[in-house]
Amino acid sequence: MSQTRSSHLATFDRRAFFQRFGLVFSFLLLMIVLSALSERFLTPSNLMNVLRQATINGIVSVGMTIVILTGGIDLSVGSVLALSVTVGASLMKQGQPVAWAVGVALGTGTLLGVVNGLMITRAKIPPFIATLGMLTVARGLTLLYTQGQPITGLPAEFRWIGTGVVAGIPMPVILSLAVFALGWIFLTRTKYGAQIYLLGDNPTAARLAGVPTDRMTVLVYAISGFCAALAGLVLVARLDSAQPIIGQGYEFNAIAAVVVGGTSFSGGEGGLAGTLLGALLIETLNNGLNLLNVSPLWEQVVKGVVIALALLLYKVFSPPSK
Amino acid sequence: MTEIAIPRLKLEHIYKSFPGVQAVSDVSLNVYGHQILALVGENGAGKSTLMNIVNGVVPLDSGKIYLDGQLVSIPSPRRALELGITMIHQELALIPELTVGQNIFLGREPRRWGIGVDWKRLYAQAQRELDRLGIEVSAQATIADLSIAQRQLVEIAKALSYNARLIALDEPTSSLTSRETDTLFRLVRSLREEGVALIYISHRLEEVFELADRIAVMRDGHLVAVGNASEFTPAEVVRLMVGRELAEFFPKVPAKRGEPVLKAVNLKAGREVRGVSLELHRGEIVGLAGLVGSGRTNVARLLFGADRLEGGEIWFEGRQVHLRSPQDAIRLGIGLVPEDRKAQGLFAGQSVRYNAGAGLIQRLSRWGFIRFQAVNRIVRELVERLRVRTPHLNQKVRNLSGGNQQKVIIARWLGLNPRVLILDEPTRGVDVGAKAEIHALMSELAAQGMAILMISSELPEILGVSDRILVMREGRIVAELSREEATQDRIMQAATGQL
Repeated sequence: MSQTRSSHLATFDRRAFFQRFGLVFSFLLLMIVLSALSERFLTPSNLMNVLRQATINGIVSVGMTIVILTGGIDLSVGSVLALSVTVGASLMKQGQPVAWAVGVALGTGTLLGVVNGLMITRAKIPPFIATLGMLTVARGLTLLYTQGQPITGLPAEFRWIGTGVVAGIPMPVILSLAVFALGWIFLTRTKYGAQIYLLGDNPTAARLAGVPTDRMTVLVYAISGFCAALAGLVLVARLDSAQPIIGQGYEFNAIAAVVVGGTSFSGGEGGLAGTLLGALLIETLNNGLNLLNVSPLWEQVVKGVVIALALLLYKVFSPPSK
Repeated sequence: MTEIAIPRLKLEHIYKSFPGVQAVSDVSLNVYGHQILALVGENGAGKSTLMNIVNGVVPLDSGKIYLDGQLVSIPSPRRALELGITMIHQELALIPELTVGQNIFLGREPRRWGIGVDWKRLYAQAQRELDRLGIEVSAQATIADLSIAQRQLVEIAKALSYNARLIALDEPTSSLTSRETDTLFRLVRSLREEGVALIYISHRLEEVFELADRIAVMRDGHLVAVGNASEFTPAEVVRLMVGRELAEFFPKVPAKRGEPVLKAVNLKAGREVRGVSLELHRGEIVGLAGLVGSGRTNVARLLFGADRLEGGEIWFEGRQVHLRSPQDAIRLGIGLVPEDRKAQGLFAGQSVRYNAGAGLIQRLSRWGFIRFQAVNRIVRELVERLRVRTPHLNQKVRNLSGGNQQKVIIARWLGLNPRVLILDEPTRGVDVGAKAEIHALMSELAAQGMAILMISSELPEILGVSDRILVMREGRIVAELSREEATQDRIMQAATGQL
């Protein structure tokens, strides 16, 4: 039974306010602290650097957000990224057209996502286990495929994706902003987005309300696979190297960005605006730790603690469960 | 009943507000031992909040709580337990995977040599407690294997094992059959004899008058009346609850029966449905009665494509149809308001717009893009038409009261203009005001030519609303009664097989 009635009382809803803007404040706070501690932080080149660093994780996080909104999780993003880009890179090395290689790479990521989705909907394997399986299998296939050797010396027109600059803005930044924008439109303006929120909120009710739940589940993992592949292409284009161990641990950064961004693990609540801030926050933190010469040994610990703190704040200000 | 000087629980000027709401306002109330106090009010009247305050679930803004004359503060449910206050919730708080005994002694298992649980002693003690209360359940049984009624009884046994002095029961009978209700009532009465103070929250006025010594009525956060049960009539209580006269409990507009829309022939699915045939016509409301577990809900789910048919045929407007999923049924124009609002109907964290428009946003789209203007217009109309009390369409539906949530789910279907609407327990846990509104709406829809199938465990509702009544028992339809020939006795006889 609920306590809320329709009467309007002019009370300030602190909780809702913090939920909505708490992340913005934490972000600003972090910026202020870092500017005070290091004069190098608030320089245009450094800020652009933060943005560029954030793009890879940002693109992966878009797919991850969509998956987590359905109440699922995709642990396989790092491995899917690796297999997709090594396949794409090797095609380019064979002299195949860049567009074709890029298409095959994106297709590989999407296909692996579809396999994840089918394992979950057809074989009824929980997302955590299904994508954990994919994490190992895709990594193993990558190592087999590359024989453990990195692929380098890629065509310049491909490398432009990672190194090009348009109107003063690096290509990776443009690409990831485009992915965020498309994702946002998809989630908030299309019926598929609405179906994802309904599915994540209550799968039983969603099915009874006519949501094609299995199809939507396959779709979100396919999107996640696609995003992972795209992020991988950007990364490889920038580094001019597709290492077989590329993308290891990326699931952690992506999940962290999503969760710090306020998307609920139980599904149905959150969105990409939060994830964008979450990804920026994590990268700013990384950058700050670098600038302050914090030992890389401490970096992981500090990052983990900050993420835990962010979650704790949400817990405090999230509505009580009924 | 002798009046005891010091009340077990004394509430003085209790206030509690939530953002945007004054949930409890200046409530002063005494609850005595050896008495059953019925606390009634519409959903959202503040009953649950008041009980949550007493149980330490939510803190109060101001006011005083006395227990046996002592001023107490109850900052946590744990403290409430220590003080001997327990609440039996609508949503049961037992752990399904554990046994009855484990649940009763959860967190305070008897120990052997300080380590390891003394299982023998635990089960012996638990069984003794159950036997004493006349609860026919084995302490070693797993909760998941018990019926809802048995679980409730186990909760009460658990409460008593904490030496409860005050027990609040929140809608305990909403999912019980009448025989199970009798068992519960017997137990509640014997607790009264033992001196426990009982607070009984219910929407069912028959129960209130059968059980309660005193009645307290809440409305809009205020306590509007309290007194001995003998001083009230049911009509008065209803008037106090809703703050206006209700013309009739079940307003029924007679409708013309049109051509058949949906026909089921010899449906079969598992042990629950063993050959059910029925026909729904335009303009009629068919009541589907029967005991819980007789297969009513299964039939509804088959007609909606939610479960797989193992045999039989479904015909829609003269054509045989194969429903592989709810989507198929929705496309034809069949809607289902499911039995369990929370688990099967609501998207608790989503807005009223998405909940009422769940079907519309899927249907009203162009190239996948939702036509929000059209959706908003229709949802707004529906919210007004059904008088859903919500400040705006962006309100999360979990913040609405039960009756309003149910209206939102009904609105979801009305927006799609279905030919057939199946409602499974449409007014369970809904307050009297909203209940009458839902009934009125159903007969209005039938009058406009919709075919309605209503499942209900409440016989007065079945009798009041239906044009025709089907009674199910053990997976079969055992009786068909017209509105004129149906009585509570005849339905019960058919449902229990004493025909």
